[in-house]
Amino acid sequence: MEVESTDSGRRRKAARRAWPRLRAGQVKHALLPLLGPVLLLLAWELLARSGWIKPILLPGPWPTLQTLAAGLAGGALMTDTLMTLMRTLQAFVIAAVLGLPLGVLLGSNVNAYRSVEFVIDFFRSTPASAMIPLFLLIFGVSDINKVAIAAFGALLIVIFNAAYGVMNARKQRIMAARVMGASRWRVFRDVLIWESLPQSFVGLRTAVSMALVVVVVAEMFIGSNNGLGYAVLNAQQVLNVRLMYAAILATGVLGYLLNIVFLLIERLIVHWNGR
Amino acid sequence: MAGQGSTAPLRRHYPGPPGTHITIRGLVKRFAGSALYDGFDLDIPKGQIMSVFGPNGCGKSTLINMIAGLIPIDGGEILFDGKTRQDTKIGYVFQNYREALFPWMRTLDNIAYPLVLQGWSKDRVRRRLDELIASFGIGFDLHRYPYELSGGQQQTASIMRALAPEPEVVLLDEPFSALDFEMTLFIREKLQQVFMDTGTTMILVSHDIEEAVYLADQVLLLTKRPTRIAEQVLYDEPRPRTVDTLSDAGFVAVKKRTLEIFQREVRR
Repeated sequence: MEVESTDSGRRRKAARRAWPRLRAGQVKHALLPLLGPVLLLLAWELLARSGWIKPILLPGPWPTLQTLAAGLAGGALMTDTLMTLMRTLQAFVIAAVLGLPLGVLLGSNVNAYRSVEFVIDFFRSTPASAMIPLFLLIFGVSDINKVAIAAFGALLIVIFNAAYGVMNARKQRIMAARVMGASRWRVFRDVLIWESLPQSFVGLRTAVSMALVVVVVAEMFIGSNNGLGYAVLNAQQVLNVRLMYAAILATGVLGYLLNIVFLLIERLIVHWNGR
Repeated sequence: MAGQGSTAPLRRHYPGPPGTHITIRGLVKRFAGSALYDGFDLDIPKGQIMSVFGPNGCGKSTLINMIAGLIPIDGGEILFDGKTRQDTKIGYVFQNYREALFPWMRTLDNIAYPLVLQGWSKDRVRRRLDELIASFGIGFDLHRYPYELSGGQQQTASIMRALAPEPEVVLLDEPFSALDFEMTLFIREKLQQVFMDTGTTMILVSHDIEEAVYLADQVLLLTKRPTRIAEQVLYDEPRPRTVDTLSDAGFVAVKKRTLEIFQREVRR
């Protein structure tokens, strides 16, 4: 009886010892991704304090983060972020709505794709920002202009990826559908579109990043009085460096969050990808 | 089996002996200029399993893909009870089940897909699926996605999908070669049982001589290219065949004979 109790007591003690060790390991693992940002902030702080760089060029991280937080919590920076987000999403939706069906159609007809491949590749390789003057001629200094040029840059990426997704569809799945008696239309609807989805989503994710880049650039150089691009440029011109850094960080936060949201949507829809 | 060659004028399609299901006449298939099949004739019996066996590159899979209508033929004719491919329901089981099922559909919807294609009502599909599940004795969850199942379970689902519309012919392209031995035995038995239940004509491409003989009523041995029929070896052991069959004198003799012909053709 006594032997048994000491035995179970020992086991319990061992379990107690093992438990915190396991927890510590898990916590360490969860904290690892935070190491990079902490090191960056530390380096920033040291650099700002060292005096090597004039405070007018580099404010410390804490004042900057305070400015960012205050700005995002109902300040002007929030309006700018929302404006940039709205333009980016408008451009993205236009690119997706036009680009996905067009890309899938082009991809399912190899001859059609080959005949426009050069045009797509050429303009895909042309920085969209180089086209801003052209778009200025067409749309003038308007809000539509910023959305239009971002949509243009994003559209080509969506078309290209959707077309490649279809062209690289697993031949055997198409054969399986055909042998079961699927018409060309059913093969397209039930197999090709689905097969193109993983690659199409790569395109959509890249396209939203591209749209954000172009919108921010357009906000800087196409007459604008809101948006993050405007906020960065304006803060720089009035030498409000803290606000400038805060606005830059805000574009980063926006880009990062957009990417995460799209990854989550992708994982939900293309659940079979990579399995 | 007198092939006339591709230059001969098209003859009238003559029927095979009684009990023939699929007639192949004057089949021509070229790859990059050289002939794989050149005036190939074959009668495939109804309600039997025919295994196709032959040297590497002799076009075993090409043959069943042409029968399935998946690869165009350059000449000749393939008829099913006198009907064309368009009027014939065919089930096909691929070697690579991973790329044969649709991963965006649940397994059950994969099996139902050919029925939906044919415009069956929801009720009728439901009833047919219940039938299939019962006859296969399925013990795993068909509401999962294919990638959540084991290889053997996925191939079982592929076979169920091929059989769902009650096809006249089932073509199987090395259905076991991507499976481990345990799963191979299991699915082989399922296939035998399904055949005994339905008597559907089956053509099985195989690279395993034991499996080819074990399942078949007839082993079709092909030559190197240009591919001709080397020999058709009959095996009339009644079903169900079991593990004991594998050591049966009759089985061993047929397997030995098949191997001899195969080796003769490989060396030729």
